[in-house]
Amino acid sequence: MSMINYASREINCKIVYYGPGLGGKTTNLEYVYEKVAPSTRGKLISLATESERTLFFDFLPVDLGTIRGFKTRFHLYTVPGQVYYNASRKLILKGVDGVVFVADSHPARLDANSESMDNLYHNLAEHDFDLRELPFVIQFNKRDLPDALSVANMNAALNPTAVPAFEAVATRGVGVFDTLKAISKQVIKSLS
Amino acid sequence: MLGALSWSFQEADSDRVDSLLEALLADSGADRALLIDRTGQLIAAADAAATTDATAFASLAAADFAANEQLAGLVGARDFSSLYHQGSRQSLYLAGVAGRAILALVFGRAVTLGMVRIKVRRALPPLEALFQEVFTRPQDRGDDRLTAGWANEVEVEIDRLFDGV
Ligand SMILES: Nc1nc2c(ncn2[C@@H]2O[C@H](COP(=O)(O)OP(=O)(O)OP(=O)(O)O)[C@@H](O)[C@H]2O)c(=O)[nH]1
Ligand SMILES: [Mg+2]
Repeated sequence: MSMINYASREINCKIVYYGPGLGGKTTNLEYVYEKVAPSTRGKLISLATESERTLFFDFLPVDLGTIRGFKTRFHLYTVPGQVYYNASRKLILKGVDGVVFVADSHPARLDANSESMDNLYHNLAEHDFDLRELPFVIQFNKRDLPDALSVANMNAALNPTAVPAFEAVATRGVGVFDTLKAISKQVIKSLS
Repeated sequence: MLGALSWSFQEADSDRVDSLLEALLADSGADRALLIDRTGQLIAAADAAATTDATAFASLAAADFAANEQLAGLVGARDFSSLYHQGSRQSLYLAGVAGRAILALVFGRAVTLGMVRIKVRRALPPLEALFQEVFTRPQDRGDDRLTAGWANEVEVEIDRLFDGV
């Protein structure tokens, strides 16, 4: 439900980073914030606990500038991954235009990944929204872990419909912009 | 609501909103009036001195409003419609508009909450009427201002901005 404001000639698209706790969602936004030109992005807002776990959301606006007369902007959000914050997650999904699922490659997090994927599916379905019809990409994060699960295993567990998937090491920025480029292009295509 | 079609705001809608917000400011003595989409996007703003970051403000206000609405629901308050934050210098009043938007007023100590409530209550019906119109009129899908050409250009810009980093 992106808002197209023909009067102020603005298009704002909402992209939500979803996934299990500690998977690296906030790290993705922090990297984007650090790397894009300051004129391109706004403030990074993080509503987090003292131990830096996301409590409500992170928010980062990224400005593409004016294209064919329309000021085009992406609003990047993360949700809190911890299971008991589901009420907050539902709120953040409101009006979403595209989803990035950040999966944790640690073998011990495989169940947490699957649960979070189910949770995403259900939270969207509760609002008559179908994940299969939404711009959607997956990021396999923490590829630097020595015992990281194979991509084949992760695809088998998390990606039955073979949506675009990207390997990443968010702490070093590897794959962060590939992921962002892929989801933003899908969202733009869905609007035109 | 999630999953709804995109909606669009036309020039004339915007002029109406702007004049309603300006009138509300003049009438109430508040410093700032913002209209925010429930998903956290700024629709319009009117202010005496624009110092705050409106984009950040909009996203936080929408989250705040949504969280409070859920809280109210949990304690059985079904008619939640507004929210008030009192500050030592500036205060903030948020009111729901037609279930789709939030009207936010920022005001100083010279203005009372009672006054703000009354003025907002008067400002709401025309705003709600406007939103009803916006959401019930047929979608402007034939409007080809967002063409494939636009999408291609945006993609080029996405590559330009995100590749060099
Ligand atoms: N080894 C490794 N660690 C990572 C990587 N990405 C993130 N981390 C670390 O994982 C921890 C959690 O990262 P966050 O970005 O806070 O995770 P999150 O998904 O936002 O977690 P919640 O807010 O609880 O949902 C941090 O200590 C990060 O430094 C990665 O690619 N490799
Ligand atoms: Mg986080």
